[in-house]
Amino acid sequence: MSSNVEGRRRAAVLVATVIVLGAFGYLLYGGLDKNVVFFLTPQELLAKGTAVYDVPVRLGGMVTPGSVKWDADKLDLRFQVSDGTQTVEVRSKGAPPQMFRDGMGVVCEGKFRSNGTFESTNLMIKHSEEYRAPKPGETPQQMYKTLMKDMRS
Amino acid sequence: MTRLIGYNALWVALATAVFGLVAIPLGVRRGRGGLIQASYAATFAMFWLTTAAVFAMIFGLVTHDFSIGYVAQVGSRATPLFYTIISLWGALEGSILFWAWVLTLLSALVVFWNRDREGALIPYTTMTMLAVSFFFFILLVGPANPFTLVSPTPLDGPGPNPLLQNHILMGVHPPLLYLGYVGMTVPFAFAIGAMASGEVEKDDWIKLSRRWTLGAWGFLSAAIIAGMWWSYEVLGWGGYWAWDPVENASFMPWLTATAFLHSVMVQERRGMLRLWNLNLIVSTFALTILGTFLTRSGVLSSVHAFGEGPIGAYFLVAIGITLIVSFAGVAGNSDALKSTGRLDGVASRETVFLLNNLLFTAFTFTVLIGTLFPIIAEAARGVKVSVGEPFFNKMTLPICASLLFLMGVGPALPWKRATKEDLKRQMIPPAVGAVIAAIVSIGFGARDVYAVLTFAFAAFALVANVREYASGVRARMRLRSETAVTALGKLVGANRRRYGGYVAHMGMVCVAVAIAASSTFRSEHEATLTKGASMPVGRFQVRLNQVYGREEVQRSRIAANVSIMQGGEEIGRLDPAMNFYPTSETPIPTPAVRSRPWGDIYVNLMAFKPDGSSATLKVIVEPLVPWIWFGGGIVCLGAIISMSTMPGRRRAPVWSAASVAAEGMTTPPLPTGATGLLATTSLEGAD
Repeated sequence: MSSNVEGRRRAAVLVATVIVLGAFGYLLYGGLDKNVVFFLTPQELLAKGTAVYDVPVRLGGMVTPGSVKWDADKLDLRFQVSDGTQTVEVRSKGAPPQMFRDGMGVVCEGKFRSNGTFESTNLMIKHSEEYRAPKPGETPQQMYKTLMKDMRS
Repeated sequence: MTRLIGYNALWVALATAVFGLVAIPLGVRRGRGGLIQASYAATFAMFWLTTAAVFAMIFGLVTHDFSIGYVAQVGSRATPLFYTIISLWGALEGSILFWAWVLTLLSALVVFWNRDREGALIPYTTMTMLAVSFFFFILLVGPANPFTLVSPTPLDGPGPNPLLQNHILMGVHPPLLYLGYVGMTVPFAFAIGAMASGEVEKDDWIKLSRRWTLGAWGFLSAAIIAGMWWSYEVLGWGGYWAWDPVENASFMPWLTATAFLHSVMVQERRGMLRLWNLNLIVSTFALTILGTFLTRSGVLSSVHAFGEGPIGAYFLVAIGITLIVSFAGVAGNSDALKSTGRLDGVASRETVFLLNNLLFTAFTFTVLIGTLFPIIAEAARGVKVSVGEPFFNKMTLPICASLLFLMGVGPALPWKRATKEDLKRQMIPPAVGAVIAAIVSIGFGARDVYAVLTFAFAAFALVANVREYASGVRARMRLRSETAVTALGKLVGANRRRYGGYVAHMGMVCVAVAIAASSTFRSEHEATLTKGASMPVGRFQVRLNQVYGREEVQRSRIAANVSIMQGGEEIGRLDPAMNFYPTSETPIPTPAVRSRPWGDIYVNLMAFKPDGSSATLKVIVEPLVPWIWFGGGIVCLGAIISMSTMPGRRRAPVWSAASVAAEGMTTPPLPTGATGLLATTSLEGAD
């Protein structure tokens, strides 16, 4: 095989590689650009105002104690998420996750609507892996005991 | 006492590793066989010392010795014995200890099976294993020391993370993953050993490490499937894969290792891709360390991230050293790494392997970018972002579909060059299968283009791989007049690697079809039911019978008893529950699953009224899910068949009694002692 053919073959391989890499990079970039979801606190969300209406975002914060309202029959869950300075009303369809409690950290995936409500499609609990003794108040044990007592009666 | 034994064993093990790291290069340079032999002995000693440390830890866990830091962190008197023992890998320090143990076991086995081999390859391979072990011992005596002293000694501990003691698969998934992850160190060590010893020209390192790579790959496959299963059975969302960073961390080395298993055949057959293969195996190892960094450093939050600590920096340094050493080795050996063969025809098995490797590499990059992007974005621009499932699905589904297709093309094409007749003869039957599968799936209501493609290409690959068997069996039956069964047995026996590979292909087809079907034909319904009421899901009805509570030793349990009804008749009962652990403020969901060959009915208890009068249930009907686990088993079976070839058989003379034992694989004394370890955790035995 002549060196000319060899050289041309090499050039062809090089060009093909560049094209493949370029196309792949472009696809990756496009995919990332469209599918990156921003993580915002209530303060950041409200500061962005109309710019984040109807865009998928993740809202993170604490569930304001006492704000949880759940209609079991309609599977309609409403609560407030707060970062200490600002508060956002959240509405979610479906049952709250089992680990959902007042005052705990949550991440709500969904869209902020122009009526000022955050419509969540996916609720994630930020559960710490550090072990803590249950706080006084409604502990699982107490809940459990209530249930046992109520069922016996 | 136990604490001191464990801690000191780790220090001495560290010292043996250092000894080996010094003695091996000295021994090789000066031609002193005695030093090499001494380092081999040090490798065995390192294994036994780590074993002692693991024993001490298990003994401490079982005897509730809360003066040991790790026991105080994960132990509790109320935890059942099984979960107490497996909490060995339930948190950071213990998992690093277990990792080190597996690593020293593999190092000892590598030395044991290859110690009579001449040349510098095995010494340098051992040295690489020792260097990696050294790194883990540094972690164990430093930032991840499991044997810290707790004073005053607490009376009881919190017990393992509730999520990790809620399902038996926790006893299965982590050891499999460690064997797979750590197993990838062995081919990496052989690659480094080959480069350091200048033996990279001969492809011996590939032959010697082949079964190790296959074994590690099999364990990693099994671990990924077991992890999916665990997530499905425990986390309560009815899915098994979410492109979570920890899943990606285990998946990336699997992708590069799979690419390696294929491309290495091109090197053996055709003398091409030498450089590429070295890079693949180095990447695989680097990705295992990266995966450990991601899951253990606290940069990500997940069930695998055990809180923050300085350990992340150590892993970053390890990745850096790995890459620098490897690329220096590759650069220093560039002359020896030239291809000796070349591509003859476009339509050939080599081409398919090349495409396969391109796709696997692209796949790995996609997952890598998607996993690291949030970390990079936060570091570079201070914004918190997440890369969701849509990105991964959009990018990887076309790759998956193409890989399925190639899985059918590759086995059917000959090496070097396929003629037009070859193509016609080999491609038409699978293509017919693909068209039929596409039509059938559309008939069943599949509309998603990738779902239809998956079914079509799965059928294509299945037909092609089955035909490989069929034609081989037919040829044997004709030529040697064997029965179909003997012919099949002998066919596989004569070329286990090849036919084992086809078995793994069929397992993958099974997994692909089950994943596509369970996500395409899934139906889900969530509702609050009062006692006696029912709701429809797919072709079933689910009726709530009762909500009840039960006190167990280590936890309380609230469960709902539901009946699954079909056509007015009860076909089964399930008890989805929430488990309340004393250490957790919130309950752990415990879904109940009814598995049948056609698919699963998955019921999760979401909420309940404290008086027990009603409960909110989420019910998901997912077709074919059990076939994911079954297919995973077939993939592993394929790996086992492939690696069951004895490399020793073709080796020439047998020198000593020891190598006879190793060659015949008659249970050498070392692994027996090692595998029996975890089983013998009785108190007397460990004292």
